[in-house]
Amino acid sequence: MIPEIGQFALTLALMTAVVQGILPIWGAARNNAVWMRSATSTAFLQCILIAIAFGALMRSFVVSDFTVLNVVENSHSLKPMLFKVAGTWGSHEGSLLLWTLILAAFGAAVALLGQNIPTSLKARTLSVQAWISIGFLSFMLFTSNPFDRIFPAPLDGNDLNPLLQDVGLAMHPPLLYIGYVGFSIVFSFAVAALIEGRVDPAWARWVRPWTLAAWVALTGGIALGSWWAYYELGWGGWWFWDPVENVSFMPWLLGTALLHSAVVTEKRGAFKSWTILLAILTFSLSLLGTFIVRSGLLTSVHAFAVDPERGIYILGLLVVSIGGSLTLYAIRAPKMDPGGLFAPVSREGGLLINNLLLALATATVLFGTLYPLFLEAVTGDKISVGPPFFNASFIPIMLPLVIVMGVGPFLSWKRADLPGVFDRLKWVMAITLIAALVVWYVQTKGPALAVLSMAIAVWLLLATLREWSLRIKLGQVGFGESLDRLRRVPRSSHGMTLAHAGLAVCMFGFIGSSAWKSEEVLFVEPGTQIEIAGFDVTFEGTERVQGPNYVAAVGVLRVSRNGREVTVLRPERRTYPVAQSQTTEAAIRSTPAGDLYASITEPANQDMDGKWTLRILYEPLVGLVWLGSLMLVLGGLTSLTDRRLRVGTPKRKTAVAPLPIVGE
Amino acid sequence: MMTLKKRRRIQIIVLAFAALGVATVLIGYALQDGINYFRSPTQVTEAPPPSSEKFRIGGLVSENSLRTIGDASVTFSVTDGNATVPVIYVGMLPDLFEEGQGMIGLGSFVDGTFLATEILAKHDENYMPAEVIDALEAQGVYQGGRQDPNQSEDTKNGAGNDS
Repeated sequence: MIPEIGQFALTLALMTAVVQGILPIWGAARNNAVWMRSATSTAFLQCILIAIAFGALMRSFVVSDFTVLNVVENSHSLKPMLFKVAGTWGSHEGSLLLWTLILAAFGAAVALLGQNIPTSLKARTLSVQAWISIGFLSFMLFTSNPFDRIFPAPLDGNDLNPLLQDVGLAMHPPLLYIGYVGFSIVFSFAVAALIEGRVDPAWARWVRPWTLAAWVALTGGIALGSWWAYYELGWGGWWFWDPVENVSFMPWLLGTALLHSAVVTEKRGAFKSWTILLAILTFSLSLLGTFIVRSGLLTSVHAFAVDPERGIYILGLLVVSIGGSLTLYAIRAPKMDPGGLFAPVSREGGLLINNLLLALATATVLFGTLYPLFLEAVTGDKISVGPPFFNASFIPIMLPLVIVMGVGPFLSWKRADLPGVFDRLKWVMAITLIAALVVWYVQTKGPALAVLSMAIAVWLLLATLREWSLRIKLGQVGFGESLDRLRRVPRSSHGMTLAHAGLAVCMFGFIGSSAWKSEEVLFVEPGTQIEIAGFDVTFEGTERVQGPNYVAAVGVLRVSRNGREVTVLRPERRTYPVAQSQTTEAAIRSTPAGDLYASITEPANQDMDGKWTLRILYEPLVGLVWLGSLMLVLGGLTSLTDRRLRVGTPKRKTAVAPLPIVGE
Repeated sequence: MMTLKKRRRIQIIVLAFAALGVATVLIGYALQDGINYFRSPTQVTEAPPPSSEKFRIGGLVSENSLRTIGDASVTFSVTDGNATVPVIYVGMLPDLFEEGQGMIGLGSFVDGTFLATEILAKHDENYMPAEVIDALEAQGVYQGGRQDPNQSEDTKNGAGNDS
């Protein structure tokens, strides 16, 4: 009964979305206020209906209703409750439902919070949002219904892929989706602005908090995903340039560009058409990501289904949404007024370089991700594009960006005084140089690029802190006054400082853990001793442990340093009888200086009896990757609480003529 | 007379094209050693690639072929039903690696042996790498990746494949 209610709610949601997709935008064209305002109620209704459907599916998972096919395929009665709940979005159908729920929730949020947005822009935005909804709801109802029943019902389920039974991963899809789908509302705002023919600083200010919220969630989602890969996959890496990682990374890169270009549109009325284009492209890449992941076009852990019918449907959706919005853009963009002028050396100029480099970086990642598909379609050759490609193309683009990032915040709008900026940065430059020499002296192994990158990261961190201290006049005036200034500086500036410093911290982690890591792989028997990065490790054998839905062999590794006991690492090898699969649970000893990381696998066959394969790594500074990511997220959140950006606060000033698209 | 606005716009376009040029050069350079071709055991046997080339090989792990060498390496054979190629790998085999199952390895072909630097197995029990399916189908031996579910669980827990 409950699944039918879910199914029914989903169908009703589709109908509501159709109404929401037609009535408000028509009302906006005919200037009918009642029709326009209907968008608010339909947006709420649609969100509630999808939430009911989602709740119905979640209930089926929680009570293990094995008459529902989706539950049978992805759950098991013995599974811990958290993972039963997370199982709701563990499958293709469930994750789509989550996607749509977030889409509708963003629509409802705009309806609720965007009270100061002009009625016509709001109506058009919500209509565009409903079009996306229609696409995904119909896709779900026609090709991947989460409520399909199975008869006769089996006694128990197949269990969720054990690799996915993890707290970090249970949270990773919702966060990632909030990011992905959050850009949908920015996309809808952009398309609505194109239809309306008006892009001005006020528009940029309305859009900015939504972009920021989506960016924060996407950053968090990507960081959680990579954290999961780090401790769950047992390889000790946190980024593999896997196609699935890339498709979440591309919207992040472009979203970051969008965040910065929207600042220029907001403050200076420039970059308008570029901001709109970025908004469209960012969401297009999110859609492409969903398409690539869901269609199984690229092989990866996340490929739930290889189903041509679904593939063609999503391809159609992509063509309509991306093609349609870009066509609209091509028609409208040339009429947009380019806005304020600026000298090459200025805040605008810096942000232009930021955008250019981020767009290029996105292009190289896109190329590397899609090239295998393209080549196979054209020549039939099967290739894969590996990390060497991305390291050689992506890093050389990002390093100059980070250098500019240090200077950017010092530049003033319109025309900046470069010698003055360098004068303020001379100590930073000197310390950076010293730091580079120290790193070069201390670290004899590893590539020269690592030393250079480290210097650039130090540069970014110091320059960011210098800018922050100048802003509050630290040391120039009394401490009390500095504190007072600290309070009065807009939160968005604090957010920027935190996020930029966060990237520098991330970079320390990236470089340390990839360039200077030590790794040993070997067979071990009880009593085997290994030495790695100054640690003495003794393998003492394995113990058997029974878990809720698995049995585990736990290796015992005694770690000491200079004769003193440091810790005991217990990497696990879990066997899930129901899902008939095994997972590796790495044991990690984290310190700020680095992680000691161990994982084991059992003997591969009988003639290896008693010999376990041990993989042990020492990854310097790897913890900083997560600390930096956290700083990025907190920076975004801090900026989001800025009074000027508070959702719905800004009003379109009528006294100051907006900068409308000429000729409308 | 060109206005400042127009000149600025042209400067930006030139800058964008210059950046595009740089990106193209970088991509072209990165493609030289960043891509790896996929070859089936039959292709490797018929036309052995130079030992300097890094490529991917895929197929089924031959039954009873998995052995250990020395204190860290394993060796096994990969087959597509027609040809069989010996593989040596130093490292940890992935979670779903088993004899009789599909796998993909990255490495180079030296003196008749594939020296793997990376091994990927199926991601879950329902899924077989598309390249492996194609390679097996080319030899007419693909029978679906999933094992007989009646096979008892004790072949899975710890002792590995006891076939």
